[in-house]
Amino acid sequence: MRPTDVQYTREHEWIRMEGDEAVIGVTDYAAAELGDVVFVELPEPGTKISTGQSFGSIETVKAVEDLYAPVDGIVLEANPLLDGTPEKVNEDPFGDGWLIRIEVSGTADSELLSEQEYSAEVGEA
Amino acid sequence: MSQREVLTIFERSRKGRPGYLPPALDVPEWELPAGLGRSTPADLPEVSESEVVRHYTNLSVKNHHLDRDFYPLGSCTMKHNPKVNEQLAALDGFTSLHPLQDVSQVQGALEVMVELEEHLAAITGMDAVSLQPAAGAHGELLGMMVTRQYHLARGDAHRTRVLIPDSAHGTNPASATLVGFTAESIRTAPDGRLDVDALKESLGDDVAALMITNPNTLGIFESRIVEIAEAVHEAGGLLYMDGANMNAILGHARPGDMGFDLVHLNLHKTFGTPHGGGGPGSGPLCVVQRLEPYLPYPRPVREGDGFTWRLHPPEGIFEQRIHGTYGNFLVLVKALAYILRNGADGLRRISDMAVLNANYLKVRLQDVFPVDYPDGTLHEFVASGRELKEKGLHTLDVAKRLLDLGYHAPTIYFPLVVDEAMMIEPTETETLETLDAFAEAMIQIRREADEDPERLREAPVTTPVRRLDETRANRAPVVCWGGHCD
Repeated sequence: MRPTDVQYTREHEWIRMEGDEAVIGVTDYAAAELGDVVFVELPEPGTKISTGQSFGSIETVKAVEDLYAPVDGIVLEANPLLDGTPEKVNEDPFGDGWLIRIEVSGTADSELLSEQEYSAEVGEA
Repeated sequence: MSQREVLTIFERSRKGRPGYLPPALDVPEWELPAGLGRSTPADLPEVSESEVVRHYTNLSVKNHHLDRDFYPLGSCTMKHNPKVNEQLAALDGFTSLHPLQDVSQVQGALEVMVELEEHLAAITGMDAVSLQPAAGAHGELLGMMVTRQYHLARGDAHRTRVLIPDSAHGTNPASATLVGFTAESIRTAPDGRLDVDALKESLGDDVAALMITNPNTLGIFESRIVEIAEAVHEAGGLLYMDGANMNAILGHARPGDMGFDLVHLNLHKTFGTPHGGGGPGSGPLCVVQRLEPYLPYPRPVREGDGFTWRLHPPEGIFEQRIHGTYGNFLVLVKALAYILRNGADGLRRISDMAVLNANYLKVRLQDVFPVDYPDGTLHEFVASGRELKEKGLHTLDVAKRLLDLGYHAPTIYFPLVVDEAMMIEPTETETLETLDAFAEAMIQIRREADEDPERLREAPVTTPVRRLDETRANRAPVVCWGGHCD
């Protein structure tokens, strides 16, 4: 089951709002479609990210895909676990496999989807 | 397979076991100035001649290549490599040259380069060519360097965006990014062509170029290319063609006539030179006149009845370098031989056959593996293995099973716009019997997916190694052996 305490994007990212901060990751659907993750390129703390723009990339044995920011913000931390164990993205995409923690600077995009809407989007409703 | 067969040539080495005896010294001995000689011997393998021959013969049998069987690797264009080209490139007059020899001694080599440049310009409808890039992506990189210099020279330093369709080769955004541009993706329309409306929305006075492959990676001709060219030019940008698929339109359409400003060619995809075991390649860049000053120097040129080097660009133009000398020369010899041997009619017929073969296979296979963008197929098409997902099978399993049946797999999981993609591109010289046999193999695999899915899941069983752990190879690659692992 997908968590209901996060919001989703059509680019298969999720965002969990925690006050002024937020945690961003990719969904279980994306992780499964992409296959085994071998490398994740994430921004340094202090980097500004903006809605809809690429903030990093995720490399699997099949392809390299851009990661798109769901909201505006400033990067506080990139998940240190992914440096040595990128497989966390596949194993636990909503938990240990999170990508970045940010300070949210813009209002949340109205395009964000609920769990129900996202599951319908990927044809699993 | 015995352990002995998997040894590297270095592991086979035994001290003092020569495979070659150099001729006796017949010139005066000369002492190298101090500091120029190496202090430790070169780490070269010492093996007997028969060991060398056996080693590489065994490797060649384990590998799949065009000399063994059909190789429908989409996007890569596994061209027929005529053996006569190898004979020509092996001529002493070509192989014994030194890149710094006096021009009076290398007139023939310069003529080969100038003539090849002229032919490539005529074929693409462009004005000037650089033969220096050592591969397709290298040609792209040079194309982006030229684009940047052009805009800088016009005071347009703010043009930093390069637009690229989402079906493009991954090298396109990489080349743009390396030069300092920002790559931006433009979506594909439902007919498999670039979404021209989305392009027009993205165009602006900060756009440096649109990089587009024509025909694109779905094997479809961008039929609105003239309109696209006008829109890009109106916005002040340059139009770059990734010429990877030029094989489909030789003698039928020229990038210059479509409005392109730059195009790179892959001589190994379009002009019959071997892909080689990772090289050497050649990716010449062809440009229109206004971009010619920004090509790298030195350039081979005609002078009177002969040939010479033009060493530097016109006054005031930044001199760019992309290759140590003048490109991979022997590859150029093979490409010129290919062009001269086939002639204009022959080249056009090569494209005809490439397109006919791809369309034949598409029609034979589209009921078995669906083709999302079925209209306007040229030299390749993209089928999907998505219907196998409900059986827990994937395109990867089809690809592995093909190896058991003696074929190289198509390109898989590319382009990204097709789910479970299988990109099939038959070589233009294949016989009808070969195409039919491959189609039958694909049909057999589709049937096995329903009746005996384990067979796909376990494949390959006939190859020297079974399924490799690609994930571990990427996460923790081991690229050294024995005592050489420091």
